[in-house]
Amino acid sequence: MWFLCVFYHRLLDFRKPEVEALAELFGEEIAENESLQWRLPEHHHNDTPFHFVQLSSEEIARNIAKRSILVKGMYELWGEGTCYEELKDSIQSYPDFRKLPFLTSGSTFRISVETFGKALTFEEQKNRIQSLTYIPFEGRVNLKNPDHNFFLMEMDESEENNGLQPILQRRIFFGREVGFADRKLLPTFQLKSRTYLGPTAMDAEMAFLMANQAKATSGKLVYDPFVGTGSILVSAARFGAMTMGADIDIRVVRDGRGPDCNVWSNFKQYGLPMPVALLRMDNNVTPWRSGLKEMFDAIICDPPYGVRAGGRKSGGRKILRGTVDPYTVPEDKRTDHIPSTGAYSLVECVHDLLHLAARMLVMKGRLVFFFPVLRDENGSGEVKFPEHPCFKLVAVSEQILSSRYSRVLLTMVKVEPYSEEIKEAARLMHLEFRENHLKWLEDGNIHSSVFKSIDSSQINTDSKTFKDPKPKYRGKYV
Amino acid sequence: MRLITHNMLSCNIKGVANGFPLLIEAGKVIEKEVDFNPDFLRHMFAKIEWKALVEGARSMGYAELPEDSPDATVLDSDESFLKKLHHALLELHLEEGALVCPETGRKFPVNKGIPNMLLHEDEV
Repeated sequence: MWFLCVFYHRLLDFRKPEVEALAELFGEEIAENESLQWRLPEHHHNDTPFHFVQLSSEEIARNIAKRSILVKGMYELWGEGTCYEELKDSIQSYPDFRKLPFLTSGSTFRISVETFGKALTFEEQKNRIQSLTYIPFEGRVNLKNPDHNFFLMEMDESEENNGLQPILQRRIFFGREVGFADRKLLPTFQLKSRTYLGPTAMDAEMAFLMANQAKATSGKLVYDPFVGTGSILVSAARFGAMTMGADIDIRVVRDGRGPDCNVWSNFKQYGLPMPVALLRMDNNVTPWRSGLKEMFDAIICDPPYGVRAGGRKSGGRKILRGTVDPYTVPEDKRTDHIPSTGAYSLVECVHDLLHLAARMLVMKGRLVFFFPVLRDENGSGEVKFPEHPCFKLVAVSEQILSSRYSRVLLTMVKVEPYSEEIKEAARLMHLEFRENHLKWLEDGNIHSSVFKSIDSSQINTDSKTFKDPKPKYRGKYV
Repeated sequence: MRLITHNMLSCNIKGVANGFPLLIEAGKVIEKEVDFNPDFLRHMFAKIEWKALVEGARSMGYAELPEDSPDATVLDSDESFLKKLHHALLELHLEEGALVCPETGRKFPVNKGIPNMLLHEDEV
């Protein structure tokens, strides 16, 4: 069945992958190497909030809408057209057996008018609703809590459209609401009111999106190897998953800012089950017992890119460089000794993450993580992402952070079991990736590329754009 | 630190062959109630090293688990077994103490329920 899926107009790249992941979670049968079928309405551009998607049942559509962060609502389309006469023909030709069950005399209904890119007065809205008298509604109107909710959606052609892609021709949709989003979720979990925060705590909206990409749900175990303040695990826990986290920085994980301001407090704040375990460990030298594998259903994380927070691993700067031999700490100082840690480049960090995921994820488990990408004037261009023979990349979603760089949410599914042969193949892939990655970064690290100062020639071209008064189409900047 | 975590950890100091299971030096053990989730327990059962779990539970003061690893069918038939498993795996907490490597005797401290598995410079 085709449903009209109306998205919130934000994070454009994240919209469809979220729906695909949730469809799979709620039981939609999707064949290997295939994805959901999508269709654009006539005259609409891919960035439009309106998309048609094919799902096998209304129940799946309803579940997707309820859990999704970016879907505003799912509707069964009864008619569409470029003007109200066309709409009438379209609705009247829609089969009765689909319409009549929702128009019965015992039921209650409501019709809402929504416009995109313009505003209508109350009178105008009322007139449009009145024009639908050809639909044989037999039930009573209930504005507060109707059995059935109908939406009349209207959008006009215009050059400027409040930041939306200009629509080339007027379009009107009429549909029955099948599912709608939980609008209380984000306000409840927003970081503004979170007990324990850190500088790189994942914002609630994005954390929920990541948990959806990972298909976190009750009975599953989700792991974050860079847990920090636990912001990502909180979202996974909200969706019912058991959570586990580790970090190399013991102060963040064990101490927090006090007995009432730490990772545990964040879970307590929302009444969520505490993480199963929090550990201090180094992802580069892990303490897992040999033979341990396929423990986690999903690994969701935001590795340190080295821009606002750098990664660390065991060793200490001088030891890692070989300037100094590993030293032995005297017996009496051992208990309180804090081992020195050294720089941990993003590429090495991601390699360790892929290795951890290849071994510790169950088959078909998901690895969801962010990877930073440098942009040039034309956007992100050709980018190559880290790969591993155990994984298939199923989604790539870009979030633009500044004119210089974005981060991309990668979703990978484990399709091959881990073995020693695969470990060797992966190591070679990593070496090749590392060599190429360094070529793209001018100074050898992302931090300097992001914070590089602009030279004067660039300033001249920028001032020309500032003089342009017409609001530009914002595209992926929303 | 719960026994489910203890079941996954070993001492990975360079050169150590037999770092699992870590012996538990129980300083402060508390019991925290956790919602009973049978699906999760069934899911985890296959991945647990049973002997390590039984010994670990004993060091924390709980001796109700059967010595030998039961057959997987008991998960669906015996609810009392599931409850015992639930209690041992998730409700016993080591707040303060240490995990000791069986081969080298190296202690990994556990403070405020969080084990510190970071290796020193000469152990990597």
